[in-house]
Amino acid sequence: MPSVMIRKNENGELLFYVAKKDLEDVVVSVETDTPDAWGGTVEIGDGSTWYIDPISPPPTFPTTLRFKRA
Amino acid sequence: MPDLTREETQGLIEEVLEVYPEKAKKIREKHLTVNDHAIDQSKSCIKSNRKSVPGAMTIRGCAYAGSKGVVWGPIKDMIHISHGPVGCGQYSRAGRRNYYVGTTGVNTFGTMNFTSDFQEKDIVFGGDKKLAKLIDEIETLFPLNKGITVQSECPIGLIGDDIEAVSKAKGKEYEKTIVPVRCEGFRGVSQSLGHHIANDAVRDWALDKRDGDNSFETTPYDVAILGDYNIGGDAWASRILLEEMGLRVVAQWSGDGSISEMELTPKVKLNLLHCYRSMNYISRHMEEKYGIPWMEYNFFGPTKIEESLRKIAEFFDDTIKEGAERVIAKYKAEYQAVIDKYRPRLEGKKVMLYVGGLRPRHVIGAYEDLGMEVVGTGYEFAHNDDYDRTIKEMGDATLIYDDVTGYEFEEFVKKVKPDLIGSGIKEKYIFQKMGIPFRQMHSWDYSGPYHGYDGFAIFARDMDMTLNNPCWDKLTPPWKQAAGSEALAAE
Repeated sequence: MPSVMIRKNENGELLFYVAKKDLEDVVVSVETDTPDAWGGTVEIGDGSTWYIDPISPPPTFPTTLRFKRA
Repeated sequence: MPDLTREETQGLIEEVLEVYPEKAKKIREKHLTVNDHAIDQSKSCIKSNRKSVPGAMTIRGCAYAGSKGVVWGPIKDMIHISHGPVGCGQYSRAGRRNYYVGTTGVNTFGTMNFTSDFQEKDIVFGGDKKLAKLIDEIETLFPLNKGITVQSECPIGLIGDDIEAVSKAKGKEYEKTIVPVRCEGFRGVSQSLGHHIANDAVRDWALDKRDGDNSFETTPYDVAILGDYNIGGDAWASRILLEEMGLRVVAQWSGDGSISEMELTPKVKLNLLHCYRSMNYISRHMEEKYGIPWMEYNFFGPTKIEESLRKIAEFFDDTIKEGAERVIAKYKAEYQAVIDKYRPRLEGKKVMLYVGGLRPRHVIGAYEDLGMEVVGTGYEFAHNDDYDRTIKEMGDATLIYDDVTGYEFEEFVKKVKPDLIGSGIKEKYIFQKMGIPFRQMHSWDYSGPYHGYDGFAIFARDMDMTLNNPCWDKLTPPWKQAAGSEALAAE
């Protein structure tokens, strides 16, 4: 369950950053991304997928969240 | 030496790896690569931030070096205790030339060495009492200090001292910021983890001291310089450019910086990050907690300065944008004269670099402004994200080496035959004896600053002075020179 910092890059894409793992990549897809909730399975640029229970209301970025490996 | 093709460079890497035993070869081959612009994710071509191969001589430091030497050390009005045996502090004392303004020993303490000088009994019975006594002594002898940090050396972690408890108690007693930093040298694989630990210590113990205190008058143009350690006056050369374009520099982290600047940083509008590797952690934290955006900039060489100034101005209104253009125009004549003078003398020369945090990629632009080419570069302690950024800066099919060993570096140099090498003091004399001009790129070879337009003039002069020094023609003694050249000289 790494804590992941999610922030927006210059192009407005979401960046998925795990300091301990030296992992920083763009978020390709988010399962639930509605005005009410954000979360579910998240796929990032290197092909790996991560899971978080959907958060409602959606968090404001940047923020640190705890993800699970999906 | 003609340019190496991709195949030749790859061949060179394989040739160098030949001598290693099977296991070491397997580890090392992942750290050496040929640059390929087609790749945008460095992890597919190079491995970094891994433990060095035992037995191979590398040039890394330890977590203590990253915290005391780099991040915390330059904070001038705090006293940084090297907690543990005396050597770590004494042998690294004032080595990084982080310049500062102040009276050393009275209100600033940058070049002094404070240590608890552990003896056998402290290891056996614990050193907490000694630390408490030391803090009392500091308060008596140097009452104008604004805070204390406890920089742990290896034994502190090994014997399990509770420096946090002592720091808390003493901090309460003296009403000062006392920061315990768990930067024992054995942590991590290089100084890089020390940077991270130091950043976390700033976050946990110092940064939020003035949250909720709005007595500091802010302006819309407040910025902080992060990751500039004022080596040879670098941060000052950067600061004047920012101030001339109309920004107000509230804090310098950490060259010539102070604890109060650090506490005021959460109130700025933009964090300017020079050394990404050592300060990105705290920038990310401030972005998350205080909503302060951060951007990386590069103040080496006029091309990159111009780019960076414009990029910084993008965050602000038109007055700053005009200010940026004004600064660029103002210095144009100055830097053009530098280029006109030195470019003909340096054109086409090849450089190999092997340095630390940001320089292996940041100085490439400055060399290119002088018509030089960087043919090989590498980091001591970079992570993947540094290499992601480097791939774009470097030419195609150039060499990239991570945590290079002494042997590999020498072999690369023998084959690539660069005209100039930029690395540290431990490499300097080896390469000078091999007859290759050398500049120390950690300490600017006791010169500097190299940042900003002022720094560029010094940078160009230093490179010319080193490369075109007449001594390099005198390396072959007269009796070994070819007969032809002798006859020519006799005429």
